[in-house]
Amino acid sequence: MDMDKNLDTYQEFVKGIWRDNPVFVQVLGMCPMLAVTNSAVNALVMGGATLFVLMGSSFLVAALKQWIPKQVRISLYIIIIATFVTVADYSLLAMLPGVHKELGAFIPLIVANCMILGRQEAFASRHGIRFAVMDAAGMSLGFVLALFSLGSIREILGNGSLFNIPLFGETFEPWVIMILPPGGFITLGLILLFFNWVAARKKAFLEQVAQAERESL
Amino acid sequence: MSRKDPDLLIQTTPVLRQGLTTPHAMRDVWLSLLPLVLAATWFFGIGALLLLSATIAGALMTEWVFTPEPRRRDVIRDQSGLLTGLLLGLTLPPGLPLWMAFLGGAAAIGLGKIIWGGLGNNLFNPALVGRAFLLGTFPIAMTTWSPAGGPGQLFEIQGSLFALPFQSPVYDAVSSATPLGLMKFEQQSTGLMRLMIGNTGGSLGETSGFLVLLGGLFLLLRRDFDWRIPAAIFASAALFSGLLHLVDPARYPGPLFTLFSGSLLFGAIYMATDPVTSPLSPRGAWIFGIGIGLLVVLIRNFGGLPEGVMYAILLMNAATPLIDRYTQPRVFGRKAGPG
Repeated sequence: MDMDKNLDTYQEFVKGIWRDNPVFVQVLGMCPMLAVTNSAVNALVMGGATLFVLMGSSFLVAALKQWIPKQVRISLYIIIIATFVTVADYSLLAMLPGVHKELGAFIPLIVANCMILGRQEAFASRHGIRFAVMDAAGMSLGFVLALFSLGSIREILGNGSLFNIPLFGETFEPWVIMILPPGGFITLGLILLFFNWVAARKKAFLEQVAQAERESL
Repeated sequence: MSRKDPDLLIQTTPVLRQGLTTPHAMRDVWLSLLPLVLAATWFFGIGALLLLSATIAGALMTEWVFTPEPRRRDVIRDQSGLLTGLLLGLTLPPGLPLWMAFLGGAAAIGLGKIIWGGLGNNLFNPALVGRAFLLGTFPIAMTTWSPAGGPGQLFEIQGSLFALPFQSPVYDAVSSATPLGLMKFEQQSTGLMRLMIGNTGGSLGETSGFLVLLGGLFLLLRRDFDWRIPAAIFASAALFSGLLHLVDPARYPGPLFTLFSGSLLFGAIYMATDPVTSPLSPRGAWIFGIGIGLLVVLIRNFGGLPEGVMYAILLMNAATPLIDRYTQPRVFGRKAGPG
């Protein structure tokens, strides 16, 4: 396709992990981000399910885009996404019933994750299959990374363990708030603060370099 | 408050200078808190001073780290961080490990003030944000009350204070219940005289009703706060608890016990009157105070916790912008109503 001429496969993959990270930069998909990150295992399973759904629906949307009428495209995207969510839901129920029970309603709710619909509307429906799948892989890896960092911080502080393995011995005083909803908001806020701080410092540094270059000319 | 600009010196005809500046008001609050600090030391030993130092250190260090270089000295000098640390320390149980107190001071300034843009922009009272954070984070340590001792224990420091960071505290003494806990879980009342003097279990600065009232009287005479807020809190707490007491005297404590137990006096005088987080207009101050009194009575009598002053004040803090909007004085010549 014409519009894919300027794209680079590797760039489309990498952008979702850091520069356009769906959580830390675009602040999308907040519902699973805050609700199911109270332990590292929950966060990873949620991330895996989202990865499966996003890659599957991006592939289908990119493949079927010529036949999708513009007027009803959103509802068709949702139907495609819901199909993959149902597959993920039943597969998890069969393979990991314990985690499935803990995640509860949040697996069906992947349908409502605006990051997934956003990728269909903004990317998969305008580009070829190869780029759409690369974009979906990068974005969902970025999402998994975000879920996992939040989940592990909250589990380490709130429970003194990682992947249910105790880290600090028996006298560790758990920070109960961290595995409760406020802990999700506080941790996410602090991580976003860190990302904005890094971005601000990088910008200031680039400006300094540009200034120095102008002066040296 | 702006810094003096050496290049721009404006001189006008002599104008009246109002004496009340931020450090000035802060100093009055300091002075009024001094008896409470001494009483806390008397009842709970010099460990109380260590705890207060830990919260102040946490507050000031956070303030220092997160303030940009040119404003640092001003921010430290206006003493509000110091006061936040001290107020937070006075609401903590006497046996709390120092590392938790330090973390509470850091949370009070970081989550309660800096994130909102510094002094004057915060929605919630910073000291109470710190306390709410600690109560949510360490619910057991924050509700383990060591009994009030006397002068004999002045130099004994409880071992639980020195728990290593991230480790659970080990308590030396059997913990005692606060008067509110006794009331809620064992229907056992504490005499008014003991509540006034303060030799009961409880947070460091809240136990002595008499000294808190004394500090409040001092601030009132110096006109450092809006007297309507504590007055409204006392009146509404007394009224609503009185009504409940009439319904079932055995289950619901009377107005006097409600007023003098727990942190109602301390919260009403030192926390609710924070000028940043309370309404500006007199009518708003009444609404704010009545709301706090009502919420305290509701939480204490129908909630799961024995004490509710902290959450009552935080909830009404959240309602403050709304109250301000609806009690805005009418501009002359305009129609009444918001907007």
